Amino acid sequence: MKRSSSLLQTRSILAMLAVMVMISSSFAAPPAPTDVVAEDLPADGGGAAIVTWTIPTGVEGLEGFQVWRTEVVSETTARVANERGTALLAIQNQAYQNEYQRLVGVEGVAPEDASMQARAVARQAVIDQQGSVTPTETGPHGRFWVLVDTVSAETSRLQIGKLSPSDEYQFMVYTVAKTADGGVAKSEASAETGMVLPAASGIDVKRLPLFFILLLLCGSVLFFIRWARSGRPITIRKIAGLAAVDEAVGRATEMGRPILYIPGIQDMDDLQTVAGITVLGRVAKTAAEYDARIEVPTSRSLVMSAARETVHSSYLAAGRTDAYNPDLIYYVTDEQFGYTAYASGLIVREKPAACFYMGCFFAESLILAETGNSVGAIQIAGTAMPSQLPFFVAACDYTLIGEEFFAASAYLSGEPDQLGSLKGQDMGKVIVGAVLIIGCLIATVAVATGSESLMHAVDWFKGSVLSA
Amino acid sequence: MKRIVPLWITAIVGLVLIVSNFLPGTRSWGEEATTWFGIIAAVAFVLGGGSLLKVHLKKISDRNTGWGYSMIVLGTFTATLAVGLFKIGVSPNPGYPDVPWSGDVQGQGTPFWWVYEYVFKPLTATMFAMLAFYIASAAFRAFRAKNFEAMLLLGTAFIILLGRTFAGYFLTSWIPIDGPFSGLRLEELSVYIMQVFNTAGNRAIIIGIALGIAGTSLKILMGLDRSYLGGGD
Amino acid sequence: MNLIDRMANLDRRWIFLMMGLAVGIPIIVIGITGKTLPEEPTPLAQAAFDVLDDLDPGSRILMAWDFDPASEGELGPMATSFIRQCAQKGHRMYFIALWPVGAQMIRSSTSRVIGGYYPDLVYGKDWVDLGFKAGNEAVIKTIVTDFAQYFPTDARGTSVDAIPMMEGISSLADFDALVNASAGYPGSKEWVLYAATPLKKPLVIGCTGVQAPQMYPYVPNQVQGLLGAIKGAAEYESIVNKWVRSEQLLDALESGGITEPASSELAARFTANPTEASTWTTEAAAAAMSPESKTKLIEIATAPIPGIFLEAQRRMGPQLVAHLLMIGLIIAGNIVFFATRRRGGSQ
Repeated sequence: MKRSSSLLQTRSILAMLAVMVMISSSFAAPPAPTDVVAEDLPADGGGAAIVTWTIPTGVEGLEGFQVWRTEVVSETTARVANERGTALLAIQNQAYQNEYQRLVGVEGVAPEDASMQARAVARQAVIDQQGSVTPTETGPHGRFWVLVDTVSAETSRLQIGKLSPSDEYQFMVYTVAKTADGGVAKSEASAETGMVLPAASGIDVKRLPLFFILLLLCGSVLFFIRWARSGRPITIRKIAGLAAVDEAVGRATEMGRPILYIPGIQDMDDLQTVAGITVLGRVAKTAAEYDARIEVPTSRSLVMSAARETVHSSYLAAGRTDAYNPDLIYYVTDEQFGYTAYASGLIVREKPAACFYMGCFFAESLILAETGNSVGAIQIAGTAMPSQLPFFVAACDYTLIGEEFFAASAYLSGEPDQLGSLKGQDMGKVIVGAVLIIGCLIATVAVATGSESLMHAVDWFKGSVLSA
Repeated sequence: MKRIVPLWITAIVGLVLIVSNFLPGTRSWGEEATTWFGIIAAVAFVLGGGSLLKVHLKKISDRNTGWGYSMIVLGTFTATLAVGLFKIGVSPNPGYPDVPWSGDVQGQGTPFWWVYEYVFKPLTATMFAMLAFYIASAAFRAFRAKNFEAMLLLGTAFIILLGRTFAGYFLTSWIPIDGPFSGLRLEELSVYIMQVFNTAGNRAIIIGIALGIAGTSLKILMGLDRSYLGGGD
Repeated sequence: MNLIDRMANLDRRWIFLMMGLAVGIPIIVIGITGKTLPEEPTPLAQAAFDVLDDLDPGSRILMAWDFDPASEGELGPMATSFIRQCAQKGHRMYFIALWPVGAQMIRSSTSRVIGGYYPDLVYGKDWVDLGFKAGNEAVIKTIVTDFAQYFPTDARGTSVDAIPMMEGISSLADFDALVNASAGYPGSKEWVLYAATPLKKPLVIGCTGVQAPQMYPYVPNQVQGLLGAIKGAAEYESIVNKWVRSEQLLDALESGGITEPASSELAARFTANPTEASTWTTEAAAAAMSPESKTKLIEIATAPIPGIFLEAQRRMGPQLVAHLLMIGLIIAGNIVFFATRRRGGSQ
């Protein structure tokens, strides 16, 4: 008797404590933010919205705010499927357990047979009850919500990215404050905002700096094209690799051996292939004039078509259409090493006097160039693949490095338009160099002095120009 | 006409791709253009296949030197094409046992898988492995300390070659790893060289290349550079 | 003809033979003795391990295998170790390939690691093979916002709706980390530019030696872990092997009744020095463990690491000799060069 009265006493004390905690915590709940408004971020590429709210006044221990958004359809579908799957699995397991125990315990069926029969019953239970399984739990305002971000106490505006531009969203905000006992209390949910569609705008402001850079670079190219057209002289330094084309073709003619031209292993959507085809035009023209045989195995069908057209034009320009043989420009295979094996075999068998490697290359660069070197061919390479340049430099007689390769067209044609564009490109290089130096200086000074305005400038630069 | 139509196609598609980068509403146009290239490249594959057949059949009929190789090319080409296209020897998908050709052509044990596993894979690996031999012969022939710059390059090459093996660790493991000179350990030094000096040089080359690409693209879009179409008007 | 002249006119086939021996002999020696050279992990390899280790078990990892049989020698061991770490940690793995033969690389690495050492992992729940998709970087650009557009089914033709672990995957943003084994284009650079950077997702890259210098500028802001060539693979492999053994030892100790923090300390000790396990089990501290638990503990501590998880470290032997040969050849070439030049100058 004494024992039970002390138990009663303990229980009542605990109940009182619980009530006091509940009361204190309900009193501690801070007010929710008001005037919560959401709108689509203007002038962006879509998928972003801005949520603003009014910070409630007089909140003690204000920690910050939690911003939540509604689920989109795909998220709801996934969640429902997940919940439904779990519920159905529970029904299946329960039905199996019940039936198994009944069969084994009551009817005395052997465990193996019971297991099989119980599985069939469980499957049927799922089929029978699947219509009744519906998710019931919802969040505030009768919706499901996804936490977007938690922001500091001074913040009343949040830009939210990574939203789906084709889905509508609503938002709500909670106030989060520290309670007297060191815990954290969350307010009631604020009112939900109206529907917002974070659609793409007419123009993406974030990319404007990139657009201005593009205009500046194109502008300088166009300016110098006009400059060249007006008759002002533009000189271009000698590019040894291109100057050696005549020598290489001449050598092949003297030796009576063919010329091998490899325009890389990528398709026509790679600008290096286009540049390779440009140089092919010049090499083919010289070969036609010298009456040398030029062979062009390609690893892409479209490149074969473009190469045939180019070589044909070159033979036409040289007045040697009769010598043009389209069968010497042919497709081998798209497979990188299949093509390399074929080209290496061709070099060993035919022993070309000159080998040209102009285009986009990967690991095959050294295999081809070393094989060419072993048969004593004069070799000229050109590529914009930085990782393959060392191999070509080591194994070839001449190498067009990166931009030299793209300058080939202007160098070979000598037309004022083309030379002017080259000069414009150089101006672009000056601009890039200047921006690099200024950027490095600003970043260094910002770090050294701790200047906030310079830091902001660096951040702006990183966030706009460099991430566009 | 033969020149004007391709030039217009180039200019319009190029402009669409540029515009789609800046105007979000037109982004799908750019994706559409890229898809079209994929379709055309796939159709052009027939052209390539035709060329392959023509060249090798001609070699065989003319009994040119090495015509036997052409026989092998055509034989393997036809066999692989048939095995892949008609799913020869492929069992139906277990989920759809009644649907013919529903099986996975590359599934283990199929003839196509066999070709891949026992022909294609070893041949490709062999070709790639040949690089080791060619690098050695190129290094012996071309790596000469002709001047001061070449000597610097040579020194760097030694550091990287040693730093990427146990030799680097063995030679400089006496330098304390947490001491002020730990950066001089060969394995650390090789990473430093690649991260700093190599990156700096690469960036300079890449900027030059990027500007070259921009300039060339502009010339092509404006029709100033027509060499890829065979040049001329 | 003196030695210098002979060297100057050395037939390249002699060099090929030397290289063949330099690679072949260590392969045979390592194959017979089973010994590998010790590896000292660099911070880059450690960072690659840490990215996957710091994630909670069950995290979603996209594993893009963009390589082919040609580069399998370099990248195969990395792929093996990536899968091993994720499988051991309990991450969910989603395999895709942007290279046509990448699909076979997925099959080969998953069947060897998951099929051989983690048979408990369930297809569709713990890992899924989504296969190859054509389109290069266009695939990445699209799945950044819409995953299902390119991957409506897995490689076996099963609809993703019927695959439990595909629930909640609507875009690349739903993954916790990206892992890419790359041999060229499309590959690591495209994953950095079009996926990891805009989504700010952790990215671990394993790439060939030729590619590695192009990737260093992205470390550590855009690429958190970088394994370059077989050296990077060997370092990472040694970290993963040690960690897996330490995890297994920890499990054995805890199931034998040894609790934290003693279990962690002992697991670390036995990982560093496996023979200590057998002596420790005879001490009083191990009295609480049953004889079966002790036997199991000694077995785990001293069991040899399966060969599949030592491939990269084994390949460091041939690499060492081949690099030394290269250095020798370069020196020999320069001696010939200077001797010939001096002779030319004196004439």
